Parts: sequence; C-alpha cells; structure tokens
Amino acid sequence: MLKVVHYINQFFANVGGEEMAHIPAELREGNVGPGLAFQQAFGDEAQIVATIVCGDSYFNENMEEAQKTIINMVKELQPDLFIAGPAFNAGRYGVACGTIAKAVKDQLNIPVLTGMYKENPGADMFKTSLYVVSTKNSAAGMRDAVKKMAPLALKLAKGEKIGASSEEGYMPNGIRKNFFDTERGSKRAVKMLLSKLADKEFETEFPMPDFDRVAPNPAVKDITKAKIALVTSGGIVPKGNPDHIESSSASKYGKYDIDGVMDLTEATYETAHGGYDPVYANLDPDRVLPVDILREFEKQGKIGSLHRYFYTTVGNGTAVKSAKAFAAKFAQELKADGVDAVILTST
Amino acid sequence: MEVNGLKLELGYIFIKDIQFAEKSKVENGTLYVNKEEVKAIILEDQNFKSADVELAKPGESVRIMPVKDVIEPRVKVEGPGGIFPGMVSKVETVGSGKTNVLKGAAVITTGKIVGFQEGIIDMTGPGAEYTPFSQTNNLVLVCEPIESLKQHEHEKALRFAGYKVAMYLGELAKNMTPDQVDTFETPTLVEGIKMYPELPRVAYVCMLQSQGLMHDTYVYGVDAKQTISTLIYPTEMMDGAIVSGNCVSACDKNTTYHHLNNPVVHDLFAEHGKTLNFVGVIITNENVYLADKERSSNWSAKLAEYLGVDGVIVSEEGFGNPDTDLIMNCKKIENKGIKTVLITDEYAGRDGTSQSLADADVRANAVVTGGNANEVIELPPMDKIIGHVEVADVIAGGFDGSLHADGSITAELQVITGATNEMGFNKLSAR
Amino acid sequence: MVKEIERAGIPVVHMCTIVPISLTVGANRIVPTIAIPHPLGNPSLTLEEERDIRRNLVGRALRALETEVTEQTVFEK
Repeated sequence: MLKVVHYINQFFANVGGEEMAHIPAELREGNVGPGLAFQQAFGDEAQIVATIVCGDSYFNENMEEAQKTIINMVKELQPDLFIAGPAFNAGRYGVACGTIAKAVKDQLNIPVLTGMYKENPGADMFKTSLYVVSTKNSAAGMRDAVKKMAPLALKLAKGEKIGASSEEGYMPNGIRKNFFDTERGSKRAVKMLLSKLADKEFETEFPMPDFDRVAPNPAVKDITKAKIALVTSGGIVPKGNPDHIESSSASKYGKYDIDGVMDLTEATYETAHGGYDPVYANLDPDRVLPVDILREFEKQGKIGSLHRYFYTTVGNGTAVKSAKAFAAKFAQELKADGVDAVILTST
Repeated sequence: MEVNGLKLELGYIFIKDIQFAEKSKVENGTLYVNKEEVKAIILEDQNFKSADVELAKPGESVRIMPVKDVIEPRVKVEGPGGIFPGMVSKVETVGSGKTNVLKGAAVITTGKIVGFQEGIIDMTGPGAEYTPFSQTNNLVLVCEPIESLKQHEHEKALRFAGYKVAMYLGELAKNMTPDQVDTFETPTLVEGIKMYPELPRVAYVCMLQSQGLMHDTYVYGVDAKQTISTLIYPTEMMDGAIVSGNCVSACDKNTTYHHLNNPVVHDLFAEHGKTLNFVGVIITNENVYLADKERSSNWSAKLAEYLGVDGVIVSEEGFGNPDTDLIMNCKKIENKGIKTVLITDEYAGRDGTSQSLADADVRANAVVTGGNANEVIELPPMDKIIGHVEVADVIAGGFDGSLHADGSITAELQVITGATNEMGFNKLSAR
Repeated sequence: MVKEIERAGIPVVHMCTIVPISLTVGANRIVPTIAIPHPLGNPSLTLEEERDIRRNLVGRALRALETEVTEQTVFEK
C-alpha cells in the first residue's frame, strides 16, 4: 500500500477562514477535509497516512521556516507521494502548494502533485517544475479535481510513464509529448477554423511562446513635480462599498475622489476584498492604500501632487481578462488626466 | 450539362492484397503484378543498372528503407489530361471527369541513399503506428543507379520510375467499375458566392517545399522554386498536378501519395456547402531567399484577400527556415482580417523542452500539430529488410549508433516516412 | 493591471507582498511589502512606527519610479 502525505490550508481543514490564516503548520493523522475524497479514489492502492495543515498567510509570510518544518514532518513519514491542495483559485494557497510541493520534490526526491485553477498565480509559477493538475476555479470543482488528480497521483507514486498534458489532465508544462488524438490533424484544423470563424472558444495545440512582457517606461525625471496616482487591487472603497464591488471575482472597478482627503480612516473607508483578513485594512485603510504618506510627501514637496482619483478593484479570483480590461480603460483616463506615474498596491 | 469550375468523380477500387503473377490485373480486390514488366519499366531509364521489385504487406515483419517516395496508382477514365500532368502525362489541365484509384495499394521507391533524408517504413511493430504506409499493400521498387551517377540525376530517375510504375498499375483500373465513387466539385468564384451566400468562405493555403535537391516539389512539371503563389483547383491535386521530389526529413515529407490524397482538401470538401464554402486552394512555395519568402507570402495574402475568404487553413511542409514562411503567411493573412489555422509539426528536442518552431508570432494562435519529430523511438528488428539497413545511422533522425547489432534501430520519429505529416494526415498530436 | 498601465505609457511601481507573483504577472518595478492583509502597515507596532514603515516603503516606491530599469527589478531597499 502506497503511503501518501496530504497538504491543505486552514480553510479546507475546517479550522477557519481568513481569520485563521496565520496558524503555523501542524501534523494530523490520516486524511482531513478533501483528503477523504482522495482516499476514496485511491481505494486499496494508497493511503493518506498524514495531513499537514498550514495557514496560507503563515506559509507565505514565513516561507523558510514553514518549509523547513514541513520538510521535516514529511521526511519522518517517508511517504511514496506528496499531494498539495487542490488550491482552485486561491492565490496564496496555490503559491503555498506549489512551493511546498517543489521543496518536497527537490529535497526529499518524493513524487509530488498539486492542482489549481489555470489563473492561480501559483500555476504559472510552478507548472514547469512540477505537475499541476488543471482544476475548476472554486471548491465546487472538488470532485472534478480529485477525479483528475487521483489517477495521476497513483501513476507518479508507482513511477509509471506520464503521457501528454491533455491526456493526463496536468497543465502544459513546456515539455511536449506526443500522443494519438481521435481525429486526424486536418479534421482538427477544420474544426478549429470553424470555431475561430464563429468567435467560439478553441484551444490551440501549440501555444506560441508567451510574448506578453511590456517594456518598462522611462523613469520619472523629476519626482518632486510629478503627479502620482494610486491604484489598488486590495479592494479599498468608501465605507459601505457604494458601488458594490464584489469581494471576489470583481466585475467592476471603482474610481473615487480623494480631493481634500488627507488620511483614510475606519470611519470613512473599508476593504471590499474577501480574500484576506480585512481587520487590519478596515482599522486603517492606509495600510493598503497609503494616502496619508503621499499627502505628507505632497506637503513636503517630495512629489508634485497626489492625483485626486484612486482606482480600486478586488484582486481575489478576478479573471485576468477582467482585470486587464479594467486597467486598460482607466489607464487611458490616467493618461488624459496627466498622471506621471502610478503606485499600485496589492494584497 | 455545362459545369462551371471543375467536377471530378473519384472511383475507388479497394485493394486488399497484392501478389506477383503472370499477368498484371486487378481481380476481387487483389492486385496482381507481373514483376518482369515492372522491372522493364524501371530499366527504360539507363541510369539504372539493376532493379528489383518486392512486396510489403500490412502486418508483415518487413522494413523498407531508405524510402524516397510513395505514390498511389490512379488513372484518368474520362475527362482531359492524364495523371501527373507535365511530368509523365502532357500538361493538359486535369481535375475533371472521372479518375479511378487503386485504393489500398501504393508504389514505394527506394534504393542506394541519395542524400540524408530518406525514411523508414515498418509494416508491423511500434514503427507501423506512425506511418500510413504500414496499412497499404506496397509494391517496392529497389533501384540501383549506375556508378558515378550525379545526385540530381539519380533523384530524377528514381522519381520518374515511381510515377511510371504507378501509371502502369493505374491503367489496370481504367475499365473497372469502382466499388465506391466520391464526387468533388468546386464552382467558379462567382457561382460559389451565389450558391452559398451565408456560409463562411474558406481557402486552403498549401505550402510546398522548394529548397533544392531532395527538397523540391513540382506543379504541372514546373519546379516550385520557380513559381509565384497561385491558385489551383483541389481536384487538380487529386489527378497528380502536384508531385513530390523531396523527403525533407521523412517524417514531414509530403509524398506524392499525400498530395494525391490531401487530407485538408478532403476534410474541407466534407464540410463544403454545409458549414463552410470551400472556395479554393492557394499554393505557395518555401524558397531559401528572404526576398522570395517575402514575395510568396505577400502574394498568398493578396490572393486570399482577393478571393474574399473569411478564413484559411495553412499547411507547412518541412521545418526550420520554412517556419519563417509559415509565420509570414500567417501574419500577412491575419493582417488582412482573415483568420488562420496553421498545421505544422514540432522539433522540440528529444526531451520535448526546446522551442518547437524556429519562428513564432502572437497571431499564430490557432495551431494544429503533427507531433514532435525529435521524440525517440525504438524500432525492433524485422525479419526482412527491403533496401539498405546500414543507412540508419546517417538518415535524418538517425545518429551514430542508431542501428544496433541485432537489427533494431533507435532513432527519432524523423526517420519514419510521414510520421509527423503537416497536412494533418495522421492522428498524432502533442501537448 | 500593472502591464496595462505600463502599456499605456505610464511608469508604474507594484507594491506587493508576494514578489514571485508580481514577477510572473510582468511588473517591471517591484517593491516588496510587509504582509498580505497589511502590505503597508504592521498592526503589532504603534501607529507612529507603522507610519515610519509606510513612509519608508512609499519612499522606496518613488525611488523605483525615478530609476531607469531595462528589465524586471525588485527594489529591496
């Protein structure tokens, strides 16, 4: 029977939500939370002997310490396989899963597997160094995730040959593997063209190398004369969230007037972001959007001026395409308003 | 009745077996071949000092190497011209009337190595899965050139031997009633617009390898190096208007068989009048000069726009510098507001991590792949070799030590004829 | 969002805690911050001490904006 160790976060272990994201790594016996689903899928072939539960914020803010502790836990257990997540679209969780899985793989030479949604920042970071199964974007996709992850996990544990990404369910990792499709290439091409002509979604069989880097703009010549604008993905909004920006998967952004506002306070502003513990940001929103300091610099002549509008959205599970579209739009407004530079803060 | 455009009825006579016999004929699905008559045809060309003819059938433990070309026997039954116009037949425009096909049979040319890129066809085993010619009943021509025959002459002699034998076999089907008839019709541009005003207009851009010895293609007998991008009816291709003089690397070589059976043409015809209007075919070459590449791709984009199409499928032939032609065609056609889907193959290295194409562009966002040609395959020993085994080490995709003492071969997929075909002939893909 | 602002021709500095993500999304000027729920603060300190940190980080962000870069650059100090 193959031995498996499973890594999950505080939420999936039912310890708590954001308010418990600071808990350090702890070792539990057997399967916890989604581990049960994995265990059922493994049947007699493998057993989750232990589960490591760790808070997402704790992991990300204490990466060295957390990794050391967890590696030692895993080392003692000597499993045949290490599974992390699935993290779906939770950014910190995805980064934690990828980081710890890679550490286990590199340091302990144990086969590892994780899973998350393709837009999870952890995906791009880790899909080329380990197998990352592509999941749906929320925990509602747990069954689908386990269905894909369990068989691949067993293959990895047994040292079997792994096929092409589309066959096995992992994110294309830059290693091209041949496989026999069900239809011949010309037919696939005709179908792809019909989809492309109808503006329907299609998937290319060979993505071009990613070109989307934007060259850095020239530095600001004289910052003491510059108009600086603030933008945030941390979801800072006027108290009451008048425009109802969603706490996750934002469908809009906000543009707010801070003319005459010297400082963001608990009474006047709050955060709409549902992806991090809001307590600190609500108590003092300057901790996410540093209006107080920029006003200070403005008075002291360190900057020319703070732009009267700030832009905000919630970067929690918001589709990349959406965020891109928001920014493309308000970037034009910023330009029209003569903004010289932008400070963008994220949580 | 007057037909505007070209209409061709392809009649298939299904061949399930091939045998040597006293008299060449087709009977009950078996192709009977008189060996001596075939040899005589080959030896008409005095550049050959000897010739042999062998059979290779599906499932047999037979390896054919080095393969130069594969040709399907066809014959004109009705309508102007003859098969392989400008090469073996006169230059009369083909592609209309009736043509019979010995479906399931193929002529394969092989012989002393000419250059680097001839290939391997295994009739059984893992290698057989990668080539369509492990499924055909093959008549293999083993031709030995006279001493000190120049390479260009050798290649030409072998090329013509293949066509002539294919013609000879095709003639056997001339007066037969086909088992199945498929009809293909391309109306003129104006007629087509009237017939299918609602359907998206699609053209096929067929790129032809044109880079010199062992890398050439011929259109009605004209060396593709010397052509300017132009239009051709898809049914002309079915009568052999385009033939192969190349084996770029065996895996992505379009054999004459591939040209005759162009799968993009067939799959577009299958949708013609239903989900799209298959307007026609643009052929364009892949020369070695940058100016030629610019000229040809400018021209194919110009023609695509002129045809008023909404989308095109572009098939490449070969790899390396032709990747630049592929991307140029893609960019320029996309810039005309016409959507493209490209069919190519990949050279992503043995471990699959290298950049698959030599050139790239963000507009090439719809790509079908015939697979990574660098993937290594183990070919087990076969009971019989037709041709010359020792060339394994030097054909493209082979390496020093490819051929093992026991007769097995370790080499890249590159060596297998048609393995990563970029017309989309096969089901092989990659992710 | 950072790339779109950059694309529009405005120099932008990304202040964030998870630097690897910022690198992946393509920010060119990056300033690492304190923690996810309070990138520009530290609730375990006094308000005055927090402001000092904030001043320091924002100052660094401005310096990043004043610095010519040719590739993605993380401003650690």
